[in-house]
Amino acid sequence: MLINKAKCWMRMAAVGLAALCAGNQAWALQFGSAPVVSTTAIPQTGLISPEQLIAAMQKNRQEAPLVIQVGSRMMFDQGRIPAAVFAGPAVQPEGIDLLRNRVASLPRSKFIVIYCGCCPWSRCPNIGTAYQFLLGMGFKNLKALYLPNNFGMDWVAKGYKVEK
Amino acid sequence: MLGWCCLAAPAQAAGPRVGQKAPVFAAHNLYGKPVTLNQFRGKVILLNFWATWCGPCRVELPRFDAWQARYSADGLQVLAISMDDNRDQARAMADRLHLHFPMLAGNSRLGAAYGGIFGLPVTYLIDRDGIVRKRVEGETNLDQLEVEVQKLLHEPHR
Repeated sequence: MLINKAKCWMRMAAVGLAALCAGNQAWALQFGSAPVVSTTAIPQTGLISPEQLIAAMQKNRQEAPLVIQVGSRMMFDQGRIPAAVFAGPAVQPEGIDLLRNRVASLPRSKFIVIYCGCCPWSRCPNIGTAYQFLLGMGFKNLKALYLPNNFGMDWVAKGYKVEK
Repeated sequence: MLGWCCLAAPAQAAGPRVGQKAPVFAAHNLYGKPVTLNQFRGKVILLNFWATWCGPCRVELPRFDAWQARYSADGLQVLAISMDDNRDQARAMADRLHLHFPMLAGNSRLGAAYGGIFGLPVTYLIDRDGIVRKRVEGETNLDQLEVEVQKLLHEPHR
């Protein structure tokens, strides 16, 4: 278990190192949290828009994605994408632990969409970190929901369905 | 498809709009001491929602601290509400930044009272009569916001 955990972090660090955001990196070092991977580490092909996600969620259960929120519990409790599951801030070790547990038993071909929306896209510490972590676990059918401003402005205020 | 997109009312609809009374609240600061919004009646309040993992918040907080020092005698009160799940982390950052205004522990109910805090930072400017005068979400021009604060400080208490 520990070896797997270490392997996963190492793979993640290798992929994401070049994309470390200087500001977030300093902060991570300061507060002893997980290495932060910038959103710039996510390729264009790894993004999904709210409209595309809504369309994907209409598909049958097998094809529909598992939607995982990788932001704060407080935000998740206030409102979330319907049927989304909570994993917690990926920048924090406990968030990564929960994320790993959420997906550990899933086939690596499972369609997964992660979202955060805590902050403006380029400043979000969680989404790039979670993306690289899941890639490191071997998930290939992985998308990050592109929310340029935040979940409030790009999902809630647009009238897309919110579950409480 | 259409129903899925359009049936739900936006969750922000319940929050205070500009021109409406700011929802009063009772909370605790990060050290457990009770704090209420009413304590600061008659002051111009800058109410900021933040979290340790929010990059723009880390830029704003020291700036708000400078405003608190500069405009305190004119009646400004900054209140910061942490939306962190982990209060210890919020307290550690507050201690590190040496901020001189109340740092409160938020919760989802308080967030919902203010229209849902679905992204950070969010800042409300509340006038001396307790009326919301501005809501700012996301990264903002702090110079411009300071001008708005100055304007409110010059307005008399009705």
